[in-house]
Amino acid sequence: MTDLAVHIERVSKSYGGVRALIDVSVDVPQGACVALVGESGSGKTTLLRCINRLVAFDAGRITVFGTDVLQSEPVGLRRAIGYVPQDGGLLPHWRVRRNVALVPWLDGAADATARADRAIAAVGLDAPMGERWPHELSGGQQQRAAVARAVAGGQSLVLLDEPFGALDAIARSDLQAMMITLRERSSLTLVLVTHDLHEAFRLATQVVVMRAGRVEQHAPPEEIRGAPATPYVSALLARAGVEAA
Amino acid sequence: MAAIALAALLLPNGRAARSVLAQAAGRPVVVASKPFGESYLLAEMFAQLLESRGIPVDRRPGLGATQVAFAALESGAIDVYPEYTGTGLLAVLHAPPMHDAAAVFDTVQRAFEQRWGIRWLPPLGFENTYAIAVRAGTAGRYGLRTLSDLTGVASKLTAGFTPDFIGRPDGLPGLAHAYGLHFAAVRPLNQALKYRALAAGRVDVVDGYSTDGSIARYGLVVLDDDRHFFPPYQAAALVGVRLQRDNPAAVTVLTELSGRLSAPVMRALNQRVEIGGESVAAVAASALSSLGLTKGASATAAAPEAARPGFLAYLWQRRAALWNDTLRHLLLVAVPLVAGILAGVPLALWLERRRSAAEPVIRAVGVLQTIPSIALLAIMIPLLGVGVWPALVALWLYSLYPIVRGTFTAVRDADPSAVAAGRALGMTPAQVLRWVRTPLAAPGIMAGIRTAAVIDVGTATLAAFIGAGGLGEPIATGLALNDTRLILSGAIPAAVLALLVDAVLAAVEWWTTPEPLRAAARERSRDR
Repeated sequence: MTDLAVHIERVSKSYGGVRALIDVSVDVPQGACVALVGESGSGKTTLLRCINRLVAFDAGRITVFGTDVLQSEPVGLRRAIGYVPQDGGLLPHWRVRRNVALVPWLDGAADATARADRAIAAVGLDAPMGERWPHELSGGQQQRAAVARAVAGGQSLVLLDEPFGALDAIARSDLQAMMITLRERSSLTLVLVTHDLHEAFRLATQVVVMRAGRVEQHAPPEEIRGAPATPYVSALLARAGVEAA
Repeated sequence: MAAIALAALLLPNGRAARSVLAQAAGRPVVVASKPFGESYLLAEMFAQLLESRGIPVDRRPGLGATQVAFAALESGAIDVYPEYTGTGLLAVLHAPPMHDAAAVFDTVQRAFEQRWGIRWLPPLGFENTYAIAVRAGTAGRYGLRTLSDLTGVASKLTAGFTPDFIGRPDGLPGLAHAYGLHFAAVRPLNQALKYRALAAGRVDVVDGYSTDGSIARYGLVVLDDDRHFFPPYQAAALVGVRLQRDNPAAVTVLTELSGRLSAPVMRALNQRVEIGGESVAAVAASALSSLGLTKGASATAAAPEAARPGFLAYLWQRRAALWNDTLRHLLLVAVPLVAGILAGVPLALWLERRRSAAEPVIRAVGVLQTIPSIALLAIMIPLLGVGVWPALVALWLYSLYPIVRGTFTAVRDADPSAVAAGRALGMTPAQVLRWVRTPLAAPGIMAGIRTAAVIDVGTATLAAFIGAGGLGEPIATGLALNDTRLILSGAIPAAVLALLVDAVLAAVEWWTTPEPLRAAARERSRDR
């Protein structure tokens, strides 16, 4: 168990009468990059947000590095886990460096600024970018800053919620390359929500295909491509234009 | 002006000579009036008469209309003010109209005594009721003395009546029915124009009040209401409980005026103030002197006013009073606004954390906003008396709603993606509020504060009606005395003050808005 970064066991969640997650179990080994893919409403984002308790699940169990998340205080849990929202979510009234330094600053770290500068460099932003306001950055630069913010506190697990979905193709490709490098260099564990199968296959060590609140298939990318478990997975691949391996 | 200064210099001597009496009397007698010329004049006569007998007086002229003045008397905030029996009957007791003057006086005297212990002193001697007036020439040509005389010739005459009079059942419709009047034409004319229109021969008959100074000025004939259609409005001093108990000597002094003022005398006095432009103090002093109620003083008090200076010179002449009024006005705006911010912003931030309580609480605060300002000021009187305190509290209550609503909405709707990110990265709800919602809401919070400030600057002018002073004081007095320059000397500084307050708050808004949001706001305004 201890080699698992995240262990999700039979988790369910309903919104009113709508069942968003039904008995979902997923394991995320340390150092892995697990991509949650599926259509809108498949439950992939809900599942991601259960991990850091942004969403309160109804049943089941989730552990992060061996500790039951329900035993952790939510604020501390969230600070220990990096998070990158789709729109970056940078605080518009803070300069980039202060944004990146958020978590170490919340934790009262004396070297919060130095950590921020290191994180800014690690995501491939020039140091002077730290002095800019978020609205002065391009969309790609803003997402880099958001990634820097997610790791500046020394987090080894990062949740990414469709982080590059709003970017143009070139910026998206650059960011994906940066993410691969960053994950290897910093031994990060990533849980990535995306509706882009190409992105999932490029970044992920394991892909979880979700459909209507259930896991349709959970396997390495080659296996998904080579042996789609269900007609739904095949159809999804076909629609995305992914060639079978 | 010089006359007032002289009178002020002379008065203390007279007062010192009678200091024994004054000490026995204790606190000064609070003499008030309602906000129109005749009421100012009568109250000033009460005040000067008391002072001439060595009784110290505190003047609170221009209390805003019957409900405010009566509430002030009932609560003991003032001791005496001039009132009319018909007003007591209809507006205070809400009794049905009666047409016999003595019966009305008996009714109000008994009812006020029983309900509140308030005493009507014997009437001053004149009625200020509705009056129908014609030019002297018209009266001569048709032999008009009474309203009954008018019945036969009305069809040859054009009437100019105020729209209010035309519409009220106790106005033209009732009058026409009571006397069978049918005019050739009835033209709606406003208050300020009707006497001039009558004098110029554009209309032949107008409505008015029986002691209007204009009646004397134009030598008009008031037709006698021989069928007693109009309810009687006898003027009398209305005296509160405490003065009767603590200072019966003062009450006795006030009765010296009873029965001494006839309608023609009152009309002439009103004319001197409203048309002649003499000061209320000077006219009151000369009236008391010629009635033989005071000695001396009248020679100086009745001295003619200096030639009217230009408006700027006039403002310069009044600079000391204006400066005081302006400072008081600033106090009336600043204190409630700061108190409103100190109470409203934390309340709104607290409500943001307790959303289910928010709407009911904010709506309750909003209900305060719907109370008409004069009514709210009147509600304050029994609790806080008259003067600056009730005004501060009322203005504070008015400032709350825009501040609470503006702050709550701005904080609640602050950039959702920034708020979500703060939470997702491990900010506590309090930290989200402190570091994300509040700074992002700054422009919205400031918008609420600026709205509150504008409301306060405007409403503060009404505070004069409960004796709080400020720039509303010259406005209210000027309106009552038909003195345009006096009105402008309050209204212009008030408008300038409103602009200044808004400019200062605009600067504060700029300063509190986070820098990148300022740039965004600038770009938005450029795009437009």
